Amino acid sequence: MDAVTVTDLVVDRGRRRVLPGLSFAVPAGQVTGLLGPSGSGKTTLMRALVGVQQVRSGRVTVLGEPAGSPSLRGRVGYVTQAPSVYDDLTVRENARYFASLYGMSAREADAALADVGLTAAAGQLVGDLSGGQRGRASLACALVGGPEVLVLDEPTVGLDPVLRVELWERFHGLAAAGTTLIVSSHVMDEAGRCDRLLLLRDGELIADSTPAQLRADGRSQDLEEAFLNVVRAREVVGASEQGREHRSEERARSGAPRGSEPVSRA
Amino acid sequence: MTATTSAPTRTTTSHLSPRLTAATAGRVLRQLRHDHRTIAMMLVLPSLLLGLLHLLWQDVPTPPGQPGVFDRVGLTMLGIFPFVVMFLVTSIAMLRERTSGTLERLLTTPLARLDLLLGYGVAFGLAAALQAVVTVAVATTVYDLEVVGSVWLVVLIAVVDAILGVALGLLASAFARSEFQAVQFMPVIVLPQFFLCGLLVPREQMAGWLQAISDVLPLTYAVEALQEVGSSATATGTMWRDVGIVAGAALLALALAAATLRRRTS
Repeated sequence: MDAVTVTDLVVDRGRRRVLPGLSFAVPAGQVTGLLGPSGSGKTTLMRALVGVQQVRSGRVTVLGEPAGSPSLRGRVGYVTQAPSVYDDLTVRENARYFASLYGMSAREADAALADVGLTAAAGQLVGDLSGGQRGRASLACALVGGPEVLVLDEPTVGLDPVLRVELWERFHGLAAAGTTLIVSSHVMDEAGRCDRLLLLRDGELIADSTPAQLRADGRSQDLEEAFLNVVRAREVVGASEQGREHRSEERARSGAPRGSEPVSRA
Repeated sequence: MTATTSAPTRTTTSHLSPRLTAATAGRVLRQLRHDHRTIAMMLVLPSLLLGLLHLLWQDVPTPPGQPGVFDRVGLTMLGIFPFVVMFLVTSIAMLRERTSGTLERLLTTPLARLDLLLGYGVAFGLAAALQAVVTVAVATTVYDLEVVGSVWLVVLIAVVDAILGVALGLLASAFARSEFQAVQFMPVIVLPQFFLCGLLVPREQMAGWLQAISDVLPLTYAVEALQEVGSSATATGTMWRDVGIVAGAALLALALAAATLRRRTS
């Protein structure tokens, strides 16, 4: 079953077309990585999934309902890239406030803090924490709702390698328990930890694949190199198909739907 | 690893909820509690300013049979302080919610927009009640402010004024894109109401068109209600009508603030 389906999603920010027409599906109960360089449209796409992004056209369905529906708000968790917790509250007060919004108890808030390894820091003001701790506090405030779909925007930035590994284990533990996770990252070495991969570049889907498939397609065991090979192969195909680039620009401007393309096998 | 994927108490709707309003009010008060200097300023500053006014008019002779200038102005200021302070505090607090990303996050939770705004209203209304009790106590004992009616009615009017300040602050913050703008909404929204409320120039002596503007500004009614309490031993019909008008204006501003708070942004 697919937890998320996106069809012909077009998003403009200002005059710029950030997503020119994305289509893909995210299977339930897996960790799907959303990878791409900074500025490729990852955050915009995640905001569309949780229903806070103005969308020009297209359809985003989460758990069978339009993204952002009132009935989804207790079932979808969102962790923004910059930690969005209250600096002037303690870690525990933050967790308990978000717990109460999801109808959860103080005990569940403490459990969520234990999950991200912040029990010892529970009484500290968030403003006094390190960047990494702050990020984990923000994560705990989403975990506490026990969401069925968890959207995480670059959750491991700035974390030390040990913590990063622990968090990824946690993500897979959640997925094993049935949660669907969509995790963005701009570092390719995290791609290998995902069950599925969506590679985004300039708002276009370069690959909708698995780490193993990407390695095969890009003919390299190194995912970064495989990614580069796939991108280069696309560009070769693009150049040989005269005017393709021009046509796609025209499509982007007119807002016409444009489905995801299979990974090119050059 | 906890797997709180489904809980019987989970909230899935986004209707107005007294529980979520109370949770939000509690969170705002907790934030305030961590900021000791703000609490001290909130409680002490109005009394000190009132003391300055007391000293200013202490030796100015009053014509026999008329209330002293300090009794008239001081009483009015008891309604104006909470209005101005809560307007400023709220517009900054809301702007912080916006810039820290917590607002966007809250909008993805089951919290209704009006829950959030009412939560602010309740929290700062309570803070204002405490402030009013302190200020009224100091004014009537230390500065010998004469109030013919009940001092509890003065406290009530001060609280309603504070809630009006909160509501207008929430509305104004929707139009502020930066802290600089938010601060400048204070003179735009507060000063004209102060100039035209009848304190500086009696309303009967104003030019017709100025009086017409004064008629539609809510602070006018707050000041009139305080003057009623100042001159009449029992609560008058005019006073209750005025309190109703101020409360109605506050509710209208809250509703407008909820309507201008967009869930989806570009």
